[in-house]
Order: sequence, then C-alpha cells, then structure tokens
Amino acid sequence: MSTNQTESWGSRVGLILAMAGNAVGLGNFLRFPVQAVNNGGGAFIIPYLVCFLLMGIPLLWIEWSMGRFGGRSNNHSTPFILDSMSKKAFWKYFGVFGIFTNIAVASYYCYIESWTMSYVWHSLIGTFDGMTQVQVADFFSKYVDIDKSLTGIPYEAVVFYVLCLLLNTYILSRGLAGVEKAAKIGIPMLLIFGGFLAFRGLTLGTSGASAEVPGASAWDGLNFLWTPQYSSLSDPKVWLAAAGQIFFTLSVGMGTIHCYAAYVKSKDDVALNAVSAGFTNEFVEVVLGSSIVIPIAAGYLGLDWVKENAGFGMAFQTMPFLFEKWGPILSVVAGVMWFGLLFFAGITSSLAMGTPWMGFMRDEFGWGRLKGAWSFGGIVLLLGLPTVIFFEHGVFDEYDYWAGTVSLVVFALAESILFAWIFGIDKGWRELLSGSDLQVPTVYKFIIKYITPLMLLLVFLGALFTPIGNDWTGAFQSIFSGGGWTLDNASIFKTIANSGLHQQLAAATDPAEVVRLKDRLFYTNFARILLCLTFFALALLVYLASVRRMRTSTPSAGLRNTNP
Amino acid sequence: MNSSALILMVLTQLAVTVATVYFFYRVLNTPQKPEPDSYTDNDPI
Repeated sequence: MSTNQTESWGSRVGLILAMAGNAVGLGNFLRFPVQAVNNGGGAFIIPYLVCFLLMGIPLLWIEWSMGRFGGRSNNHSTPFILDSMSKKAFWKYFGVFGIFTNIAVASYYCYIESWTMSYVWHSLIGTFDGMTQVQVADFFSKYVDIDKSLTGIPYEAVVFYVLCLLLNTYILSRGLAGVEKAAKIGIPMLLIFGGFLAFRGLTLGTSGASAEVPGASAWDGLNFLWTPQYSSLSDPKVWLAAAGQIFFTLSVGMGTIHCYAAYVKSKDDVALNAVSAGFTNEFVEVVLGSSIVIPIAAGYLGLDWVKENAGFGMAFQTMPFLFEKWGPILSVVAGVMWFGLLFFAGITSSLAMGTPWMGFMRDEFGWGRLKGAWSFGGIVLLLGLPTVIFFEHGVFDEYDYWAGTVSLVVFALAESILFAWIFGIDKGWRELLSGSDLQVPTVYKFIIKYITPLMLLLVFLGALFTPIGNDWTGAFQSIFSGGGWTLDNASIFKTIANSGLHQQLAAATDPAEVVRLKDRLFYTNFARILLCLTFFALALLVYLASVRRMRTSTPSAGLRNTNP
Repeated sequence: MNSSALILMVLTQLAVTVATVYFFYRVLNTPQKPEPDSYTDNDPI
C-alpha cells in the first residue's frame, strides 16, 4: 500500500549495530548469569550454545529472510509480511503479534529504562554516598512507590518515565537514520563501559573481603558460574532454560528483526549480517554479562549471599552499594558506567520496538515519521502508565509474562512453521541464500525445517505444561508410575486461572494480606483486559488495512507466495 | 578459580570472541554489491 519513498539503512555496520542493539538488552547482564548459576553453572553453557546453533541462528535467518522478502513488496511490518508468504488470510492476524508485542513490551521496558536514566542521575549527584546495603535496596522500593518522593521531584518515577519516552519518540521521529545513529553511539559506549566493569569483576579477586564478610571472593563467584556440573545435562529443565534464554536474548519472535530487515535492499546479504549481529549479542552476554554482576557481588558479599539473592533486583538494589566501596570518584564513574550501559542496552532495544508500528502505519495509512513516532509514544504512554502507577500490584509482571514471554514463543513457533512448511523450505532457503556473503551449511536446511520448529514447540509445551516445582524428571517418573502430571502454578494453564493467587487468598488470614491479594487479583485481570484490547484494536487495524488493499488491489496481493 | 571452571570460561569466552570478530571482519571486508541496472530509478537522468 505504501506510496512513500522507502527508507533504507545508511550503512551495513549501522544495520548490524542496530540489530545487535535490538538484541542486546538488560537480560544480557542480569538474566543470563542468573540462569547459568541456577542451571548447572558452567555446564549450562553447553545446552545454551547448542540451542544458539539449532534455534537461535536459524530463527535469525528465518526472520531476516522474511523481513527482506516482505520489504521487496513494500511491507515493513509482520501482518503483511506474513500475508505475502501465504495464500491463507489468517496469517496476517498472526502477524499482529509482531506489532502488539512491541507496543506492550515497550510500555513496561521503557519504565526499566527510565530507572537506569534515573540511577545515572543519582550516581552523579551522589545519592548513594554512605548508604548501607539495606538503604540502597530501600531506595529502590521507595522509588517505585510513586507516592513517595526521594529527591523533592514529585512523582519522580513518572517524570523519568515520561522523559525516557520523549527521548525514544524523538529519536524514532528521525527515522532509520536516528535509530542507526543511536546504535552507533550506544553499542560502542556499552562495550567500553561493559569492558571496564568486566575487567574489574575478573580482577577483583579477594580484595573485596571485609570484617563482615571475611571469606568474600570474586573467584568464588566465577567458580560458581563456570564450574561444570555435567549431571545437569540430563535434566530437561536445564535444556528448557537454555532454549528460553537463547530465545529471549536474541529478541526473536517480536517482529523487530523483520521490520529492520525489511529495509535491507533486495540485492544485499542477510545470512552474514544475521550471524554477525547474533554473535555480537552473544559476546555481550557470555563475555561481558558473565563477568560483572556475579563476581563483583560475590567479591564483596560472599557466595552465600549471591546464591540467596541472585536475580534481576541486584542491578538496582545491590550494585550502587558495591560501587561505593571503590572510593568517592570511582564509585561515581562505575555507577554511571553500569547504569549507562544498561541504559544503552535498553534504548537500542526500545527504539527497535517502535519501528514495526511506524512501518505498518506508513505502509497502510500513509502516516509520516513524525505522526508514526508520536502516536507510538502516545500509545506506549497510555498503556505504560498503569505499569508505573500500579507497579506494586503486579501490572508490570503481567505485561512481562503475556507480552514479553508467551507472545514471543507463540509468534516464533508460527513463523517457523510458515517459513519452513507453508512458504516452503526450498523457497525459504533460496531467499536466505539470495545475495548471501556467507556459505550457509546445507545441514541448516534440515535444521530450519525440522529441528527449530520442534525445539520451539517443546519450549511452548514446556511453558504450557510446566510440572510442579519445574521438576521434569520427577514429573515423567510420576506419569509412568501412574501418579499423573501435576501442573505448577507457573504453567500457562494455571496462570490463566490465577491458581497461585487463589491459593494464597484461600490460605491468607491477615485482613491486610487478604486486601492486598484481592487488589493484586483485580489488577492482574485489569492488565490482561488492557493487553487484550490492544491486541484486538491492532487486529482491527490490520483488517481495515486489508480492506483498503482489496479496494485498491495493490501489487503486493499479486506477489503472494511468489518466488523472489 | 578451580581449573575446570577456568578452562571452560576461557575456552567459551575465547570461542565467542573469535567468532564475533571473524564475522564482523567479514562484514567490514566484503565489497558492496553494485546497484542493479534494471531499475530505472537508479539510472542517471
């Protein structure tokens, strides 16, 4: 439908940095090391790398190929990219996930990004000077409780959230050139900051031991992270965790890669670009991500503390306290670098989330960059404010679960089936190799057709039927001995039914706790309604766009399922 | 650090670093493809 002049990337390096920036996120520094320590330490890296080769790389190739294929007929978002690959009309509604996920994830992801902005500011003005560990943790709790002002700025969390959104929207309004420029600044800065902190993590040794924690050693943290426990390799839980980590770290199943790749010229390579961007993400995750949080925390607080507290919260509730031990100047530098690198990791991802919506509205309704960017900012603000205001009631977690986790797996499974089985592996393979600067091993034709969809199906089924305690070995033994399969409250089925919350409510006796749980139940359902309304509104837009296309009988309809 | 952890860490990080540098080097050193002649938009006026 697009009649506008199509944008394209200014340079190949800019494209790869933008793609790498899309993939590199906070999870590279916070999720990966925690997943590793919880799933067999060093042995986790084996299933992790296997999943990268069998699921990560193929999915990157699938998405890059689909994106460039769609871009050839002026489709820059997933609804009509998927539509152009099949004769069945329903595929475009699967493509709605590729816009919905980005809007929903951006609405809470920008909130985390705004924390990093705020913490850079607080590191600079010395807010954490002299604070104890409890006080630093308490600072975060008060920060997300928007009724309390920490620095005299009323509703500080909201102010920083809006500032962060304005910055994202402004850069997006500059189009691909703005995104490319942000990646060219953000990724090198992230690598410099990460390199400095990783060097500190790897060389800290036992110098952080204190009278309170005399045995603290960064080596213990590294040992804990990297000592292989080979027995874990036979545990399905570890393989599912590795597949999940690969899946989420590469930002596949979101629609952003399709969108970025749709602006690649038809003669240009996708195979080498995809591998290069994928490995850049792996470098940040495996080399830098594993060398910062865990060794530094173990170096000052001891391994026992890390075992008990390893998690996402360490970034904001612990690291500022640890940096204070580096002296007045270095603590400020380290704080700015740590939260700065998280900010750059975040903004290069959140910018990618804006482009599918902008591409869709331009292709289908002729909206310009400014209108597309500001409308994206407006929608994200409306959808995101509940995550800021009702953060403690679980709205944030609910968005993260449904939009940031389940939707990705559903969409990736669907697109892998579409690419390999509906569009056809032969056509798909030719699309991947067209203009390729890389000799892609032929075995990947088999992997893309059979192994990748199968692995995605297993990840999806694993989430759907998670056994109690995530104990897969025990669950299989139980089912073969006639004991049945008991679902965990974290499984998708039990989550839909809010089983965990209902159990807590039934067990609660304290009236205040009952009220808190009832509130949480209300806001959980409220968040789900918001997400459903967003999805259906986008599906309606896709329907209207398809009606417009039929009326004007665009050329892309004639290109359906055709060979490139 | 114990030796098995050290070996695994060094090998893994080295492999990932080498692969990243190699692919990025390939990207930087692959010559750009010429614009196709068939597009009239690309022809000089």
